Amino acid sequence: MIAHAIFFYIFSIIAVISAIMVTVSKNTVHSVFFLILDFISISCLFIMIGAEFLGMIMLIVYVGAVAVLFLFVVMMLNVAQQKNQWFISKESSGHIPIGLIISVIIFFELIIVIGGWKYKPELFNPTNLSITKEISNTHSLGQILYTDYIHVFQISGMTLLIAMIGAIVLTFRQREGVKKQSYLKQISRERAEGVEVIEVASNKGVKIDD
Amino acid sequence: MEYLNIIFQETYKILFLLVPVLVSVAMIVWLDRRVWAFVQKRQGPNVVGPFGLLQSLADALKYIFKEIIIPASSNKVIFILAPIITMTLALTAWAVIPFSESNVLSNINVGILYIFAVSSLGVYGIIMGGWASNSKYPFLGAIRSAAQMVSYEVSIGIIIINVLLCVGSLNLNDIVIAQKNMWFVIPLFPMFVIFFISALAETNRPPFDLPEAEAELVAGYQTEYSGMMYAMFWLGEYANILLMCALGSILFLGGWLSPIDLFPFNMIPGAIWLIFKILFLFILFALVKAIVPRYRYDQLMRLGWKIFLPLSLTYVILTASYLFYFNLLPTT
Repeated sequence: MIAHAIFFYIFSIIAVISAIMVTVSKNTVHSVFFLILDFISISCLFIMIGAEFLGMIMLIVYVGAVAVLFLFVVMMLNVAQQKNQWFISKESSGHIPIGLIISVIIFFELIIVIGGWKYKPELFNPTNLSITKEISNTHSLGQILYTDYIHVFQISGMTLLIAMIGAIVLTFRQREGVKKQSYLKQISRERAEGVEVIEVASNKGVKIDD
Repeated sequence: MEYLNIIFQETYKILFLLVPVLVSVAMIVWLDRRVWAFVQKRQGPNVVGPFGLLQSLADALKYIFKEIIIPASSNKVIFILAPIITMTLALTAWAVIPFSESNVLSNINVGILYIFAVSSLGVYGIIMGGWASNSKYPFLGAIRSAAQMVSYEVSIGIIIINVLLCVGSLNLNDIVIAQKNMWFVIPLFPMFVIFFISALAETNRPPFDLPEAEAELVAGYQTEYSGMMYAMFWLGEYANILLMCALGSILFLGGWLSPIDLFPFNMIPGAIWLIFKILFLFILFALVKAIVPRYRYDQLMRLGWKIFLPLSLTYVILTASYLFYFNLLPTT
């Protein structure tokens, strides 16, 4: 039990410190790396409470795909050397009121959730879900998602699909004069149409480009 | 005292796994170069030791005594961290590979997801190295490899779903045991081919070695690295290749199962069968390196997204409908 507590505190301290470092660090790329460290320690915490499927999916989806795209964008936009001068520069101080409002809203939401959990525990009673100790949590997640809540699951999938199509439509624009590769043409090219053998008369030469 | 005992035992087990893996990585580099040479009618490394077997050790010795050069304008912490991360991730994934029914370091429920997660983390070593070098060629190599590895992971993930549909468990030992009657390479042969090609792309092997295309990018993300740090990148890369071969043999070639369940064959321990299968896949990897020219980048992306992804998705639907129609879905 002591070992469990020690590991919990190690992971949670790393998670909190790296979350702070995401906002504090001056270099944007460093921020993304701290975000990755945060994701990894959170997934370790998931594994510690026995939700190994969630932990692994967190690693695969967030660290393996989402954070790679973050890094990709941050590196390509060349904001890496930009100094992160919050509080100092005048342009960025305009964001402080909005940030304060959002953080107050999040704070009240947390109070409602934790207060409800503490004083009205029947609201968060998970006994109507088919979780049992015998089967692994991959199985129970599958049962909950694909049998009990299949409609919600399908609707969320459709929402994601619509979001994806919307993003493509927003960024898609027809450009003039773009050269395209036709793979069928390239593959089906044969020797007869690519090479031409010409008898060259002596001292006459041959004209190549016409 | 009890804790110390446990820690001692686990360290002993880990060393017993890691030392053979590292030695076999060195040997596999030699094998790669030999196969490559034989296809091209050359001799390959044959001077150091019998058949040149000690060539990799000589190379490693040379790398250790070379000076480590850190570029002045690089981001030093990340520059040093990158090869360490590549190597550590490549080695940690071996923890869940089963060498026989009982002979596995940690027999976890989500073994296949663990391997998939660790191999998808492998891209960070490359991106960090390429970015921290603060130079053109490494950066281009890193950007290329990020796009390439993310694209091919998608198709590998869907191929793994195919296998999982037939098994009904994420445990690697269960996957092997499910192939007792028939290896998955027979019913899922198209998936095996796609897995093999995606594994080539995932490990940056030729014909998909665009992140380190020497004709365009000098050496890609590892241009600025020298000495032991370069060697660590190199070891990590080959450890990843071995891991992909091991994953392929567990998913499709029956892992530690013997090919025929008859007397002289099933007496041989499972670890030896697994090693034979890994070697078989690795020789295929080496042959491909020798005989295929490098892909163009747009062809690579097209192959990943427009051919492999629809094909493997279609196969998932086919497998699922077949299993559902004939009532063969695994129940637990």
